[in-house]
Amino acid sequence: MNGASTARIWLLHLAVIAALAAAGFLLPDYHRGVFSRILVLAVFAMGYNLLLGYCGLLSLGHAMFFAAGLYGAGLPLYHLGWGMPASFAAGLAAGSVLALVVGALALRTVGVAFMIVTMMFAQVFYLTTLYFTTWTRGEEGLVLPPAARRVELGDVVLSLSDPATRYMVALVLFSAVLLVCLKLVRAPFGRTLAGIRENEERMRMLGYDTFRAKLGAVVVSGVICAAAGAAYGLMFGYVGSGFASIQYSILPLLWVLVGGAATTLGPLVGTAFMVYVIDYASGLTTAWLMLVGAALIFVVLFFPKGILGTVRERWLKWLP
Amino acid sequence: MAALIETKALSRAFGGLKAVDAVDFRLETGEIRAIIGPNGAGKTTLVGLICGRVAPSSGTILFEGRDITRLPAHARVMAGIAYTFQITSVFPKLSVYDNVALPVQRRLLAQGGVSRSALDAGVAEALDKVGLTGHAASLAGDLAYGHQRLLEIAMGLALKPRLLILDEPTQGLSDGEIEGFIALVREIARDATILLIEHNMQVVMELAGRITVMNAGRILAEGAPAEIRADKAVQDAYLGTKTDG
Repeated sequence: MNGASTARIWLLHLAVIAALAAAGFLLPDYHRGVFSRILVLAVFAMGYNLLLGYCGLLSLGHAMFFAAGLYGAGLPLYHLGWGMPASFAAGLAAGSVLALVVGALALRTVGVAFMIVTMMFAQVFYLTTLYFTTWTRGEEGLVLPPAARRVELGDVVLSLSDPATRYMVALVLFSAVLLVCLKLVRAPFGRTLAGIRENEERMRMLGYDTFRAKLGAVVVSGVICAAAGAAYGLMFGYVGSGFASIQYSILPLLWVLVGGAATTLGPLVGTAFMVYVIDYASGLTTAWLMLVGAALIFVVLFFPKGILGTVRERWLKWLP
Repeated sequence: MAALIETKALSRAFGGLKAVDAVDFRLETGEIRAIIGPNGAGKTTLVGLICGRVAPSSGTILFEGRDITRLPAHARVMAGIAYTFQITSVFPKLSVYDNVALPVQRRLLAQGGVSRSALDAGVAEALDKVGLTGHAASLAGDLAYGHQRLLEIAMGLALKPRLLILDEPTQGLSDGEIEGFIALVREIARDATILLIEHNMQVVMELAGRITVMNAGRILAEGAPAEIRADKAVQDAYLGTKTDG
């Protein structure tokens, strides 16, 4: 809580961002491409972590927030010819409205019921994307034309079809969300969420409207996940129902648990670990799921609180 | 002048059991009031109704003349009614500092904003009052039991309540710790009204200005410690037969 540890924490996060920026120039093309995906998916995981790690709410429906951003940005760009900034903003708006409505309803339940209710809402969202096939083209999805995925800022043209630009855009989004999350969890709001995670009844008797605080957490989490979804669609030029399926609700849970719940950098570590394990294993054998399973068992055995969660517990107590 | 707390025909039934049965209860500003009674008399339910943890089946609750019967618990806390739990209910995985910072920041948020210096000052003040200043960096779960009870009280104090409800605060404390606790409550009572549920009769007799005796969901007797000690009905129901829970 003192000044020295605050400085150390900010230095660490800025150093991670600087290292990722350097990696943008140093990495071979293939790995730079993989890392562009990892950075955006890590944003998704950070949004999820805010709810699971800091507030203790386990949602099984976060694919809907990711997909709300994806479709919220992709549909107006594809059908209405909106520009990228407006489409991205529409994605954020879609995510925040959905999170507000779903949160207000789902937070009337707790524990297992909350998991199930969020999963049901996500299924409804998924089936909706299939139902309106005329607009979404369902599983097949929409390919966003490269000509629409560019912004002109005076003489400078940012085109998301260019891999180097894509990496830098992903890094900017990742850095912004990382610093916002760091600020948030160390602010009174973060302490409030931790209090709710530890003992909600006690928080109520300390004068907290815990429903409102949890709803706030769901909305912030939903908007961050929607930002990841919107960015993913615009960067890789594809919007499809697959991203709304249950798999994309389970993945952020996995990334966060592997990296370390309630750690600011855990989502990045967990996402990078899982993406590379899958990438490497599927190159070796068709039975790659077995290797992924073995890797997960290894993590659970040696890092029961996730990689950074265990590092914090054993060695670096000051990690946020 | 309106009483600090007044309940009118307040009842709460759990199934067929009337835990609190048409209770009219008055608490004046500045009192130290003890509620005693055998187990199952309805003491915890009555204070639960007052602080909002338990919803009433019927009746009304007034706080300084204002009807708070429908007010949710968190809003009552902000109005000035703080409750400390019978079973120690600190946040074991958070630091002592964070445990106290939670109520302090809640109070500061209501006053307009949280600054680091105001937060630190509020935490230091509450920890100093209960004598836990040196423990701020420890995890609350690592504290000795007696210290956890004190932390629980510090969390209540940090809200700067008008009314502090203490539910069996000396349960599990050693004699030496109880001495210190009595002095602490006297100190707190300078600024706040105290409502105390207590089984330890020594604590009750030393601290309370007035005592309310409950039995089977009703108020059996009410008066100064000497009157209660002399009351025949109270002796029959409680004092003579049972002195601790």
